[in-house]
Amino acid sequence: MFDLNGKRALVTGASGGIGREIAKALSAAGASVALSGTRVGALEDTAKEIGKDCPILPCNLSNLDEVDKLVPAAEEALGGLDILVNNAGMTRDNIFMRMKNEEWDEVIAVNLTAAFHLSRAVLRGMMKQRFGRIINVSSVVGVMGNPGQGNYAASKAGIIGMGKALAHEVASRNITVNAIAPGFIASAMTDELNDKQREGILGTIPAGRLGTAAEVAACAVFLASDAAGYVTGHTLNVNGGMAMI
Amino acid sequence: MSDIADRVRKIVVEHLNVDAEKVTEKASFIDDLGADSLDQVELVMAFEEEFSVEIPDDAAEQIQTFGDAVSFLEKAVG
Repeated sequence: MFDLNGKRALVTGASGGIGREIAKALSAAGASVALSGTRVGALEDTAKEIGKDCPILPCNLSNLDEVDKLVPAAEEALGGLDILVNNAGMTRDNIFMRMKNEEWDEVIAVNLTAAFHLSRAVLRGMMKQRFGRIINVSSVVGVMGNPGQGNYAASKAGIIGMGKALAHEVASRNITVNAIAPGFIASAMTDELNDKQREGILGTIPAGRLGTAAEVAACAVFLASDAAGYVTGHTLNVNGGMAMI
Repeated sequence: MSDIADRVRKIVVEHLNVDAEKVTEKASFIDDLGADSLDQVELVMAFEEEFSVEIPDDAAEQIQTFGDAVSFLEKAVG
């Protein structure tokens, strides 16, 4: 149903849990996928899991010179780009009264500014070919807020607003821009929670369990597909009912 | 009319879907020919491709009319 054969995708943060699943799912649906991230070894592992020839494009998203080379590199490797998944993200948690300027700046740079640069860079090709899918991975935290994550929440709310503005601009060119806002997803990070913390979290989730990265990736496949051509400026909440908005 | 003007007019007519006689020297892409700001960006992209030149953003912003485009490209290509 969601056929991506012939489509070319760039996924940032493809070494991490959700990014890796998104890359795998896009590839399984038929897309050629370029993998970006900071850890080359982890990207190679992702490529191995995919089992196809995936260009590996290491990039430090806090360095704008590197960021601005990423899209041209992906377009060259794949012969163009149809799908951009801005998935890479980082946290530097601290309460407001203790948050350092650098902690604020670094998170905004990687989670929001890099996504802006990459989105701007793919537009030229997508406008010409009259097809494009930009998918921004946000977070339930961007919608609801979370103590200790003022910088992260701002960046994740920021990409929702940024994407909506862009969705207005390019809708007439058959380019859609959407966000996915995952809730608590099982990952290396959630594995470290103790039983009490885990219970506390699960109590806020009507589904009574954590989500899986594959459940987030499935949404990316849908939004990337032709089937989602009339869906733009939307935020798909994938949170087990934790926030019904 | 120069060859450059003819090529520019062809692009404008095709892209904005307007009659060639409306594309006069003073015709503003936005005010007279129904372009929006994204069309204007796309026109500049099309000019760049047709004439194999790079039009920097600040120059692109100055290109408001058909005449502006022709005179810029005559200088750039010329």
